[in-house]
Amino acid sequence: MKRILLYLLPLMLSSFCYATEEYNYPIDDPIVATVIGTPKDYAAALPKDIDRLENSIAIFPNRPIKTFFPVSKLNYTLVRQAYKAPLIFSIAGTGASHRSAKMQLLEKAFYQAGFHVVSLPSPTYANFIVNASSTQVPGHLEQDSKDLYRVMEMVQNQISNQLEISEYYLTGYSLGGAQAAFVDKLDKEKQIFNFKKVLMINPPVSLFNSVSILDRLLVDNIPGGAQGFNAYFDELMQDFTKIYKESEHIDFSDNFLYRIYQESPRNIDTGRIAALIGISFRLSSANMIFTSDIATNGGYILPKNHKMHPTESTTNYFKVASRISFADYFSERFYPFYRSLNSGISQEDLIYNTSLRSIADYLRSAKNISVVHNEDDIILAPGEINFFRKTFKSRAYIYPKGGHLGNMGYRDNVEFMVNYFKAQEQ
Amino acid sequence: MHTNHLLRKLALFSVLGSLLLLSGCNSLPKKQIDELPAQHSVDSVVRDDVDYVIDIYDPFEGFNRGVYRFNAGFDRYVFLPVVAGYEAVTPDPIEDGISNFFNNIFEITNLTNAVLQLKPKSAVETTGRIIINTTLGLGGIFDVATKLGLYENEEDFGQTLGHYGVGNGPYLVLPVFGPSNLRDATGYIADSVAFSEIDLLNLDDHSKRELIFYLADAIDSRHNISFRYYDTGSPFEYELIRLLYTKKRLLDIAR
Repeated sequence: MKRILLYLLPLMLSSFCYATEEYNYPIDDPIVATVIGTPKDYAAALPKDIDRLENSIAIFPNRPIKTFFPVSKLNYTLVRQAYKAPLIFSIAGTGASHRSAKMQLLEKAFYQAGFHVVSLPSPTYANFIVNASSTQVPGHLEQDSKDLYRVMEMVQNQISNQLEISEYYLTGYSLGGAQAAFVDKLDKEKQIFNFKKVLMINPPVSLFNSVSILDRLLVDNIPGGAQGFNAYFDELMQDFTKIYKESEHIDFSDNFLYRIYQESPRNIDTGRIAALIGISFRLSSANMIFTSDIATNGGYILPKNHKMHPTESTTNYFKVASRISFADYFSERFYPFYRSLNSGISQEDLIYNTSLRSIADYLRSAKNISVVHNEDDIILAPGEINFFRKTFKSRAYIYPKGGHLGNMGYRDNVEFMVNYFKAQEQ
Repeated sequence: MHTNHLLRKLALFSVLGSLLLLSGCNSLPKKQIDELPAQHSVDSVVRDDVDYVIDIYDPFEGFNRGVYRFNAGFDRYVFLPVVAGYEAVTPDPIEDGISNFFNNIFEITNLTNAVLQLKPKSAVETTGRIIINTTLGLGGIFDVATKLGLYENEEDFGQTLGHYGVGNGPYLVLPVFGPSNLRDATGYIADSVAFSEIDLLNLDDHSKRELIFYLADAIDSRHNISFRYYDTGSPFEYELIRLLYTKKRLLDIAR
């Protein structure tokens, strides 16, 4: 009985984090929230434009250039204050660039609160795979985090004479959140940044579980392979045409989907919306797999030793890449590659290594790391949310709804993230 | 006069250059001597009896991809730096005023095409917008009409052709302008000719003013488009833009 109580107590405590106050994020369905995000009227007040410096840096200057890829340096963004301030490194989610909407949201929130911000692309983003990944086979949390750490050191070097930095913080959303934990662990050994606080925003527990869930959203909601996809796409276009014709005025802005949802919630077919998430993930995954394949001459989709000409058609490769699930990539390309580096490793080992469970002890003891998450985040397998409660205890802040990052721009959430880092300053 | 002459020469060169490129470009991957089949080869996956959403009629793909790459470079080294300079020296309200001004001037294109498509509602609304914005909006600098709930109806001659059943034709990437197709490029030329024939600002007699007008229009247009080349991080960006452009135009025409 006592044991059960001990187990339940942290659950009850952490639920107090939101149970005491009302949480008014407006979308209850986690799938819809994930797609629509935060409607305008609920969004935090942020500056419209801030000065963003788009920088680039050569990470492996001697790496031979592949003409197919148009950029041979790693791009990142610097947002700086005119005075001495703490700097927050921010890591993008799966397949996302340093310029993604969510990265810019974080930049604005933190800039407004007085921080310098450096936004880095995800190690699964093409520009990073080509120019900053040591293996060019992304998805390995520990390996990718080493690459991120190298990038951060070099960026720090490049910008150190342009601004005054008092101390370092670290954050990242989704996959970037999980990487932030690994980067911090590495930093405890190397002691270059000594991150004072780290915030993981809606990270996966197990990468493999999360991508399997996302893969299923596609397969379950659009059965029938390529032909099924055609039918789905046609219906989607017809929906759009209908909405477009009937509405008085439409611009395809952030609020577009929310207005449809508000006006006629019944018109929203959750299965169709779920499929959108699946498509978007499959697209990221196809981008990543094909980029990695070209960069490594892996012979996975592109014929081995085939040299891509800059104006060569990639349409047929797209058709192939978009049929490959992440599970296929994992067993056919990812696992064999990491086995070739470490022959004793099994698939189960690799699945475990690409999960936060592999560093659970560290997370339990690292008091500088916190996590913010949602009870109904769709990238978590059933029960996985409790991993955060158990591991982080009072350092886990879990909102009752919001899906995957849908509530990231909501007033309360932005206020929470900013206050989390600001609380240190006193 | 001198500038016009120069522009004409440039146009001629670009057409000639394009033709040369066209003849020299084949976009289909060729088998190379030492290459080995891929684990998931195109032949084993792609089927002839399936229509793929990603397939858009694009017989000049090699040429188009070349222009796409050129546009990305032009954007990065010429267009965006100029736009950044413009944004740095211009306060936001003035930028908005300039955008509104151009929008108002080019409403004439919306109007003519609404009439050509026999859309009375659209034509009346557009006329109302022009009157309100030109008077209350001080020559188009303020978009008062939108604030009053009178929204813009975007129409162009490409849509008019589409409305009467003209198909897309081959996909084209135009130098500097970007994604288009034969129908929309034709439509664009027709709209431009119509605009300069109507000649609201009497630009024909003032070649310097004409040059400034079109340069400012180009800078203002780019300023309002957040798209950045290669930002998608996708090796398939060309295909994705091609698909989006084509489907978006279908929506516009169906409206």
